[in-house]
Amino acid sequence: MKSARLAAALCPALALVFACAAHADGMAVPAHTPAAYTQECSACHTAYPPGLLPAASWKRIMGSLDKHYGTDASLDDKAVAELSRWLQANAGTYKRAVDTPDARITSAAWFVRKHREVEAHTWKLRSGGGPFNCTACHAGAVRGDFSERNVRIPK
Amino acid sequence: MRKLLSCVTFALCAAGFASATAAAGPADLQAQYAAEAAIQPSATRGETFFTQKHGKEWSCSTCHGAPPVRDGEHVMTRKRIAPLAPAFNPEALNDRARADKWFKRNCGDVLGRACSPAEKADVLAYLTGQRK
Ligand code: HEC
Ligand code: HEC
Ligand code: HEC
Repeated sequence: MKSARLAAALCPALALVFACAAHADGMAVPAHTPAAYTQECSACHTAYPPGLLPAASWKRIMGSLDKHYGTDASLDDKAVAELSRWLQANAGTYKRAVDTPDARITSAAWFVRKHREVEAHTWKLRSGGGPFNCTACHAGAVRGDFSERNVRIPK
Repeated sequence: MRKLLSCVTFALCAAGFASATAAAGPADLQAQYAAEAAIQPSATRGETFFTQKHGKEWSCSTCHGAPPVRDGEHVMTRKRIAPLAPAFNPEALNDRARADKWFKRNCGDVLGRACSPAEKADVLAYLTGQRK
């Protein structure tokens, strides 16, 4: 009982450093990732960990799949409803999960700051394609691993 | 507990949804579109349709290559796309739901509208006509 209360008190504080719950940590991928998410949302790029964006961004993204960052990524209503529900339940609730005007992870201030050292020409490399392609540099992106140890900028 | 339950339910639903449509096979798919269009499919018309632009920036071959017998590449994300021609990719064109999904998306991007059953049947004739 006592330890539970202690944990409850410590949790928000620790969340800033470590992840207390899947919710709080934008990088962690939820244990129950539906097959449909992996299948549908990795057809054109890495399937992003849902905690990287807040619920409001996912809502806009899932509500406009026919106009998806310059391409048509539409799905049938049933799939949209199912994936939306899961994205809402697992959306990021911590500091970095911000709803940018274009609903991009890559537009967030923290993203720009963390990638300041990446040269402009690097983003355009053939092997990459752009900042959206996390996997080009973060081999563990699908697992939600963006640690320094696993970064490799393609040549 | 309720959360766990809903997760399980969801996973089951998702699995069911992923395997909803039975494999028809490329020839079967072509026959279905041709029947809906009530035409005799033409590989030549299909090739022209596939390789030309239709008033927008991209053609089908922009991402799939022409003939699409080798890996293609998504023009925006550069993600690899397996060959569309069934003789070069056993997974290709064997699922009606998947084909319909991509026709809807890709025709939207290339033509700004849905493709007609006749256009689909012609494209299928072109794709299934590719031989090793
Ligand atoms: C038909 C191809 C396609 C599919 C399918 C697709 N996307 Fe995308 N997605 C794109 C393109 C193209 C971009 C923009 C890439 C760029 O920046 O040039 C993009 C970008 C994104 C971004 C913004 C990345 C950033 O810059 O921060 C998010 C988030 C995203 N997609 C989520 C999803 C989700 C969720 C799904 C599944 C429901 C999905 N995508 C399915 C093509 C697709
Ligand atoms: C062109 C290569 C490249 C791409 C593409 C890229 N990153 Fe990075 N990323 C880096 C580099 C380099 C660093 C800095 C590593 C360091 O010094 O900590 C970094 C750092 C990070 C960090 C901070 C890690 C930490 O521990 O502080 C996060 C989080 C991150 N990236 C997420 C992403 C996400 C999400 C995407 C895709 C939307 C992405 N990155 C795309 C190269 C890239
Ligand atoms: C912007 C890039 C792009 C363009 C342009 C494009 N496609 Fe596609 N197409 C894709 C991607 C990505 C897939 C999915 C490949 C996969 O899942 O392996 C796909 C899949 C397909 C499929 C489904 C294949 C299957 O096995 O069921 C068909 C059919 C198809 N495309 C036809 C077309 C036609 C016809 C056009 C022109 C009207 C076209 N595509 C233009 C990117 C594109």
